[in-house]
Amino acid sequence: MADYYNYLIVVLLMVVGLYIVMAQGNLVKKLIGLNIFQTSVFIFYISTAKVSGGTAPIVIEGAELYSNPLPQVLILTAIVVGIATMSLALALVLRIKRAYGSVEEEVILEQDKPC
Amino acid sequence: MLSHLAVLQVVVPLLAAPTCLILERARAAWLFACLACLLSLGISIALFMQVQASGPISYALGGWEAPWGIEYRIDALSSFVLLLINLVAAAVIIGANSSLTAELPEPRHSPFYVLFLLCFAGLQGIVATGDAFNVFVFLEISSLATYALVALGRDRRALFAAYQYLIVGTIGATFYLIGIGFLYSLTGTLNMADMAQLLPGLEEQRLVAAAFAFIVIGIAMKLALFPLHGWLPDAYSQAPSMATAFLAASATKVALYLFIRMYFEVLGPEAVNALFPVGKLFLLLGAIAVILASLAAIRQNNVKRVFALSSVGQIGYLVIGVGLGNALGLQAALLHLFNHGLIKAALFIAVAAVVCRVGGSRLEDFRGLGRAMPWTMGGMVIGALSLIGVPLTAGFVSKWFLVLAAMEAGLWLLVALVLIGSFIALFYVWRIVEVAYFQTRDGAAVSEAPLMLLIPLWAMALANLYFGIDTSLTVGGSEQAVNFLMGSRP
Repeated sequence: MADYYNYLIVVLLMVVGLYIVMAQGNLVKKLIGLNIFQTSVFIFYISTAKVSGGTAPIVIEGAELYSNPLPQVLILTAIVVGIATMSLALALVLRIKRAYGSVEEEVILEQDKPC
Repeated sequence: MLSHLAVLQVVVPLLAAPTCLILERARAAWLFACLACLLSLGISIALFMQVQASGPISYALGGWEAPWGIEYRIDALSSFVLLLINLVAAAVIIGANSSLTAELPEPRHSPFYVLFLLCFAGLQGIVATGDAFNVFVFLEISSLATYALVALGRDRRALFAAYQYLIVGTIGATFYLIGIGFLYSLTGTLNMADMAQLLPGLEEQRLVAAAFAFIVIGIAMKLALFPLHGWLPDAYSQAPSMATAFLAASATKVALYLFIRMYFEVLGPEAVNALFPVGKLFLLLGAIAVILASLAAIRQNNVKRVFALSSVGQIGYLVIGVGLGNALGLQAALLHLFNHGLIKAALFIAVAAVVCRVGGSRLEDFRGLGRAMPWTMGGMVIGALSLIGVPLTAGFVSKWFLVLAAMEAGLWLLVALVLIGSFIALFYVWRIVEVAYFQTRDGAAVSEAPLMLLIPLWAMALANLYFGIDTSLTVGGSEQAVNFLMGSRP
């Protein structure tokens, strides 16, 4: 069971994140859910990189076994992508708030109903 | 120089984008973007001819050989898709200036070109790269640019459409990322060709199935496959008209390309279908998409929405072709990918021309335009005929192949479905034609669209006629791609 500890957390966070995206009507809260969902995937990648008994992938004396550095590099890229997405999304929410005066999905949809 | 074409294809628009940001003046940015797109078109033609003549091109980025480094791989399939994206991008960018002048305030013009070029670079990157993680990066580059492009639309609803697209798109891309994570932890490689070699020998086929499920759902969100198509009609109808023309003709096509690459090359249809009957699922979803989206298109009052929903239906045809699983079906999907790109480019550029002169794209706005804007409506009618699949147009060729493929698989119901789908298309197109040609316009006189919009419109319309009559390029190109995909697996 302890072997799968990381993955249990990943699945839990993933589901919680997705649920928030679907269930919340507040645009900012949706983004928080989206962020949790993305972060769970980052943890998943990092967890797969761990080699049991291996140390951090830095060449040091006495170390023979290293963890796999590649997934960490990939996730570094993915984090940058995540930040870009989040800042764009927040900028959109800001403009939505200015245009509609609200960040609640229901209120926004109500305003755009064809008369 | 020639050996670097594969990477230049992506680098040219990628570097042109920030340059457009520096060139603040709208006209200068537009001319520069045109130059970049035409250069890129030239590269894609050169690559296409090179691949046709001497087979796949592999380019090791930074000199790091595959499978360690990132490999750019241009084969029969990718060169075919690149050619389509470039044709559409060149047509759209030429008309962009005239359309934007009418739709957006001047300070927003050069951001449009920046985003357009970034999106263009991202889409080309997805097609050119042979590295599964690199695909994710380009997917996000193109998607982020797309969200911002949609948000540029003048109505405030554009903002909400962009937000919704962002949520769905990000979830889709992240699902793809999870799938790639599974495949990487199974095979220890990110190179797609390398993965394809390693996967069949593995014991953990259930993990492969899980990876495939994540990848398929992720891509299906980008592809707007029924029932994950909810974002598409809003995003396409709210984005600036020329952005819609480009996105409708290229973004979903690239998603389908990615899917074909993953399904046929990396995982292999036999292996996947042994785990889960994906082919049948696609036939079902495709069939529902064709019928429901086409029926929904009839009831729309906004012409942009009509064509957006028709796109959802046409994606159904594409997926049916893939789901059939035989060589003819795959070829039909590739042909329709190309032809439908040309069709939607022609139709949406025509809508852009109407919006440019009339100011809206509701059905009432088209009243009497047959007389007021004969060239615009002429181009639109050719595109519409091709959409329905009338003989001597490009749309007919791809539907013909789809019918042949369905017959070969013995699925007569599907043959009927394709015909019914075309019949419904006739209905929603006829509503527009009727309003434009048989109703008279009152109020101020409307003049013909500017020449710079008519040129790309007619280029696309004539391409629809040309590829309906001389099919050697499309049929030959798609056949090579099919042979490559089917041949890569014993």
